[in-house]
Amino acid sequence: MNSRELILGRVRAALRDEPVPAPVPREYRRSFPAADLELLVSRLIDYKAEVHRVGEDAVAATVSGIVGGTVVVPEGLPVSWRPAGALVDEDLAPDRIAAADAVLTAAAVAVAETGTIVLDASPDQGRRIISLLPDTHLIVLRPEQVVASVPEAVARLDPSRPLTWISGPSATSDIELNRVEGVHGPRHLHVLLLDRTAAG
Amino acid sequence: MSTFLGMPVTAPSGVGNLRGDRTFPEAAHDALADGQLRRNLRHATTTIRGKSGRVIAELPDWQELRTAGSAIKASVLARLPELLEQLEERVVAAGGVVHWAADANEANAIVTDLVRATGSERVIKVKSMATQEIGLNEALEAAGIQPVETDLAELIVQLGEDKPSHILVPAIHRNRSEIREIFLRAMPGVDPGLTDDPPVLAAAARKYLRETFLSTRVAVSGANFAIAETGTLAVVESEGNGRMCLTLPDTLITVMGLEKVVPTWQDLEVFLQLLPRASTGERMNPYTTMWTGVTPGDGPQSFHLVLLDNGRSAVLADRAGRAALHCIRCSACLNVCPVYERTGGHAYGSVYPGPIGAVLSPQLTGVEDNASLPYASSLCGACFDACPVKIDIPSMLVHLRDKAPHSRMERAVMRAAAYTMNHPRLYARAQRAAKLARIAGRRGRGLPPPLSSWTTARDLPEPPEQTFRDWWARR
Repeated sequence: MNSRELILGRVRAALRDEPVPAPVPREYRRSFPAADLELLVSRLIDYKAEVHRVGEDAVAATVSGIVGGTVVVPEGLPVSWRPAGALVDEDLAPDRIAAADAVLTAAAVAVAETGTIVLDASPDQGRRIISLLPDTHLIVLRPEQVVASVPEAVARLDPSRPLTWISGPSATSDIELNRVEGVHGPRHLHVLLLDRTAAG
Repeated sequence: MSTFLGMPVTAPSGVGNLRGDRTFPEAAHDALADGQLRRNLRHATTTIRGKSGRVIAELPDWQELRTAGSAIKASVLARLPELLEQLEERVVAAGGVVHWAADANEANAIVTDLVRATGSERVIKVKSMATQEIGLNEALEAAGIQPVETDLAELIVQLGEDKPSHILVPAIHRNRSEIREIFLRAMPGVDPGLTDDPPVLAAAARKYLRETFLSTRVAVSGANFAIAETGTLAVVESEGNGRMCLTLPDTLITVMGLEKVVPTWQDLEVFLQLLPRASTGERMNPYTTMWTGVTPGDGPQSFHLVLLDNGRSAVLADRAGRAALHCIRCSACLNVCPVYERTGGHAYGSVYPGPIGAVLSPQLTGVEDNASLPYASSLCGACFDACPVKIDIPSMLVHLRDKAPHSRMERAVMRAAAYTMNHPRLYARAQRAAKLARIAGRRGRGLPPPLSSWTTARDLPEPPEQTFRDWWARR
């Protein structure tokens, strides 16, 4: 008997009393009002991200104002957002990504209640490695990508894509259980939240 | 279904970290004498209780989420065989390879062989309770493979040649100045001017591990959740070391306890609200990575999932104890436990300390091997209130105390007491006898030998001047 059959046999034997799976009571909040952008901003700031409210035409200039050096961008990032001299990720070696000063990506979804931004590796967000190695991550977020709650974000996402949920810069609670920002991931997180009027 | 070969069995001894060298009272005795340890634990658990309470209070539907989380986990256990088969099918369909490990020895052998096949002599590790449980690091080292722990607290434990003492923060027993000393002593290339400022300590770990992340081709992780419906795995973390391990290497090996499977993608909406608020006291942890098999051009191109039994089927077989497998390893029960706060995690002997450890470890090993753990509690019930998936730990502790071995004398006395309490006349006589004994002379609040050992750590109540029965009869 192989281990697969052995284990499944043990589990079936353990369930000889035939417990009946009860329906899951989903009485928690599942319908939500429109996302509150001000709440998102306050949550992001609370977790030490920096928020910039800009029009879409000001993205490139804002990025250049924040970082002076090399900015990696995914191949599918809108050209008008890219700062001058942006380094496009055409299968860049890890060393080159790690040596860059910053990375600029779009996003898939954001959750106002928790201050979370999710990347799903779409062409405007790129491979997971590019948003991991540079010390500064800049994310352009469209207001229509913001939902109020975690259940709405889960419903919008496609689990077959690699997903990265980001809530503030890299942090740890491992020293005396207090949150300290800045360990292995990007130590600086900037969110460029586009104006509603400019998002069209 | 086979009847004999397929019977649930407990985790084997001689491998892994589920059994301590000493009983809980013996180990606790030493821990209680360590004033620094008690100060560190009191400070850390007080901090986390405050943070967690504040963010839980922000959610108006916390109780409804707990109820849903508990129901999902109960349904997982009831449907476990079919969910595991579905998970296997989806992971394989997405380009992964699934392995089944009946116990710690088999899991260690599978992982060791997989690492050997890559030719790598080093693996980077994301913090994982399952691999601590099976003693994977020891097995890899014995095979000449260097395991590098990348979680800050695990790194502190590894560099300090210490043992983990908390599920979430294995180095909770160390304060900042002790961590500084460990880094100065054991971290190669560390700046000798290192201070004990937490951001400086975190930056030292970043610098130390960066090159290792970029040059190691194999990673080993655990998993917080595995979605049967989609084959998706999720790892919840804070520092980004998890993202490094799950993204940079060519090969990823994930070791996961059977019970971590959840049925649907939608179920994550419950657990992603419960876990961070109960665990680190954050609205959301800084990073969560989710992946399904292999994605061409992004992340590891070789993915192995090792499904681990190691006593879980034995836990599942006990109707009154199986809910211990609902645990999502948040460690909220540790942080609220008056016993854990005073003894710390090492006293429990197992990698699973605190209230959940006191019910999980004895069930995984068989209660004979961890017989003192069900008593490592005052049964105050704080753990039940704090548990985000509503595990009734106090009732389970009582159940396991009943299953634990008892001496012949204790069993005889308890049987006699039960008989007396079931017979009103005998009971009234016993009460009068107790009162007479009090008049006859005080001998402290213990019992005479040979029953005295039972009362060395327990006070007997003073018999009252007048019993309720006497009062009622004379009324």
